[in-house]
Amino acid sequence: MDVNMLQNILLTIATASTPLLLAAIGELVVERSGVLNLGVEGMMVIGAVCGFAGAFITGSPWIGALAGILAGVLLSLLFGFLALSLATNQVATGLSLTLLGIGLSGMIGEDFVGRAGIRLPRLDLPVLSDLPLVGKLLFGQDPLFYVSIALTAAVMWFLFKTRTGLTLRSIGDNHKSAHALGINVLLYRYLAVMFGGACAGLAGAHLSLVYTPQWVENMTAGRGWIALALVVFASWRPWRVIGGAYLFGAVTIGQIHAQALGIPIPSQLMSALPYLATIVVLVLISRDRRLTVINTPASLAQPFVPDR
Amino acid sequence: MQDRGNDALLLETRGLTKVFGELKACNEVDLKIAPGEIHALLGENGAGKSTLVKMLFGVLDPTEGGIYWKGEPVRIGSPGEARRHGIGMVFQHFSLFEALTASENIALVFDEKTPISQIAERARAVSVEYGLPLDPHAMVGDLSVGERQRIEIIRCLLQKPDLIILDEPTSVLTPQEANRMFDTLERLKAEGTSILYISHRLDEVKRLCDTATVLRHGKVVAHCDPRQETATTLANLMVGSDVEAVKRQASAATPGPPLIEISNLERPPATPFSIPLRGIDLTVRGGELLGIAGVAGNGQGEFFEAVSGEWRQERADTIRLNGRNCGHKNISDRRMVGAAFVPEERLGHGAAPALPLSDNLLLSRHTTDRRAMVGPLGFVRMGAVKEATQRIIREMDVRKSGEDPEAAALSGGNLQKFLIGRELDREPMVLVVDQPTWGVDAGAAARIRKALIDLARAGSAVLVISQDLDELFEISDAIAVMHDGRLSSPLPIAEASFEKIGLLMGGAEPGHQAHAHAEAHANTEGSHEPGAPI
Repeated sequence: MDVNMLQNILLTIATASTPLLLAAIGELVVERSGVLNLGVEGMMVIGAVCGFAGAFITGSPWIGALAGILAGVLLSLLFGFLALSLATNQVATGLSLTLLGIGLSGMIGEDFVGRAGIRLPRLDLPVLSDLPLVGKLLFGQDPLFYVSIALTAAVMWFLFKTRTGLTLRSIGDNHKSAHALGINVLLYRYLAVMFGGACAGLAGAHLSLVYTPQWVENMTAGRGWIALALVVFASWRPWRVIGGAYLFGAVTIGQIHAQALGIPIPSQLMSALPYLATIVVLVLISRDRRLTVINTPASLAQPFVPDR
Repeated sequence: MQDRGNDALLLETRGLTKVFGELKACNEVDLKIAPGEIHALLGENGAGKSTLVKMLFGVLDPTEGGIYWKGEPVRIGSPGEARRHGIGMVFQHFSLFEALTASENIALVFDEKTPISQIAERARAVSVEYGLPLDPHAMVGDLSVGERQRIEIIRCLLQKPDLIILDEPTSVLTPQEANRMFDTLERLKAEGTSILYISHRLDEVKRLCDTATVLRHGKVVAHCDPRQETATTLANLMVGSDVEAVKRQASAATPGPPLIEISNLERPPATPFSIPLRGIDLTVRGGELLGIAGVAGNGQGEFFEAVSGEWRQERADTIRLNGRNCGHKNISDRRMVGAAFVPEERLGHGAAPALPLSDNLLLSRHTTDRRAMVGPLGFVRMGAVKEATQRIIREMDVRKSGEDPEAAALSGGNLQKFLIGRELDREPMVLVVDQPTWGVDAGAAARIRKALIDLARAGSAVLVISQDLDELFEISDAIAVMHDGRLSSPLPIAEASFEKIGLLMGGAEPGHQAHAHAEAHANTEGSHEPGAPI
């Protein structure tokens, strides 16, 4: 295997991992605030179709990315209205959001099936991008790759170094106490849910603007669920989400290469690996219960109704 | 009503009313707190004390009436506004976050500008100044209730409030820890801070407070000087009628056979924040009522679960009930040998809230009373169940609305009477009760205590876990103390005193960890007379 081939494999892994990382880091913030939004898949697929449509109509992939973000935020606001303002069951609401997103995206995307898409340009710096081995990896990727890494670092800093992040974590730990301290629980949760929606929408747009620049119905193919599993896999720690996203991305790419090389591993087994890995990790981290309890947002998925 | 309040007062309320649905939780409450005084707010559970202070702290909106702060009419819309005015509060059920450190918990009420390291420094300074030891970097989930309360108090003090509201602060403290807190409060008063002190422990109020407002059913029934009153007159004001004290007859001269035998009971912690049980040995004989004292969260809940069979033991002979090995048995099987259990939490644990009383009776008795309650083919004999329900209601004087109401529709005291009655009706040989009168009004508490004593005198073994020392001294033949998952050997009631039990509650026994007892001991002024009923 020569250097270029290795670099290409690593590049495809990064491209496959970026949407997982984007969606998971958004959901991590949502869950840290004590809200479980199972609608990630739905927000992603809406982001994918709107991202494609935005780019197709305006001719600018950047406007496409913005359209994906906007679509994710709008859908997350619907979730927020139901699950936060009306205090509906978060699990049921999130599941219906996914179903709604898949249906809606099919409708919006009807006219775009089979049309050629526009790809977000890769970064191309003189000299740097042409360095051997690392050039393309560090300086020649799609812009959303850099966004995903920067976003993860920003979320880490926000959650653990700022007072607002501390407040968000406190709400996830005990929303009643937070309310008694005078913290506006619903406002924080709305903002967190919208951030999660934006991230999922952008992750979806990555699929239709970078990964495979076209619109295919249901093109997220379960990546939203992988992102949800990743948050648990990472035990709600941002830096572990990077590790998890790249591990799962590598598995996806490894599966394609294994098939090309004729290695007789059933592709279904490979597709199931991320979920198996999540179960294994859950078992492993559950062995240290103190750590699990400290990391798990204790008020996760509990509706909050302030009494006044 | 935008007129001014009295300028000489720090806080005044006029006609403050809060309505929840049909219930007037607070009804035209007038409260006057002067600068630099410790003001007691007295009343039974459900009298409206918590509702009143929640309105003062901006957690609840008043339905009617006005609040005046330093003479100005104010609307306190949120706890943040209350803090800006200079009102601080220490909650009864703490508003702390278990997954955060002490200093992070404190930092949450400060603005963004002060870095956490600086807040930790200031917290440490205040903790030294007021004698409230605290490690700012400890995770709250790992701390005891007493330590958690210190965090709340320090968080409150750091905001330099003019008024501190303390909601039943001593209910989770040992007598020695409480004494230390009283010193802190006296000092704050000397510095000019006013304190609104909510409690139903009358001796504390008499000792500490300058003035008192007594609430009953949401209304103010008296303003008085607690030092001029006796514990009995205060109790009568709270309850509205004379409270009879339970008289404990001497136990039988010859104790019966051992009915509860626990040997070397060990239990690993069930969750990161629960207490392991360490080598508990205990024997309770027929005719004996044994009390288990202890500060909340020292393993009492874990112990109850082990005895009742909610958590089963590896060895069958670890727990023997009524002469039978029960360690491996589940709850129903333990009931079958003649044992009965009443857990601490009434709704959700002791009773299914949405089910009528008769169904709740059937749920706990369908195995033990199978012949009476279940007919051929497994059909329930509803007639027999309803009859038994009415018998218990009569026997325990359960006051309710309707023939067979849902459990959640009963007041705490009446539901507790029903739950105890449900077990007593079986005439059990062994009864284990956790917090029999927690949050129960004085009348119902007296009825429950009498029933427990009567059962013991009839020859059964009764084990009562309680945090209410007055109660234990009133009803027990002997008292053992639980601390950090260990159980002390029982002290016969004749040898027990508040001081001795208090020291045990703080962990003072050979083999227990010692935490500065000498100092605590020195602070205890004399020994309280035990058994003074309120």
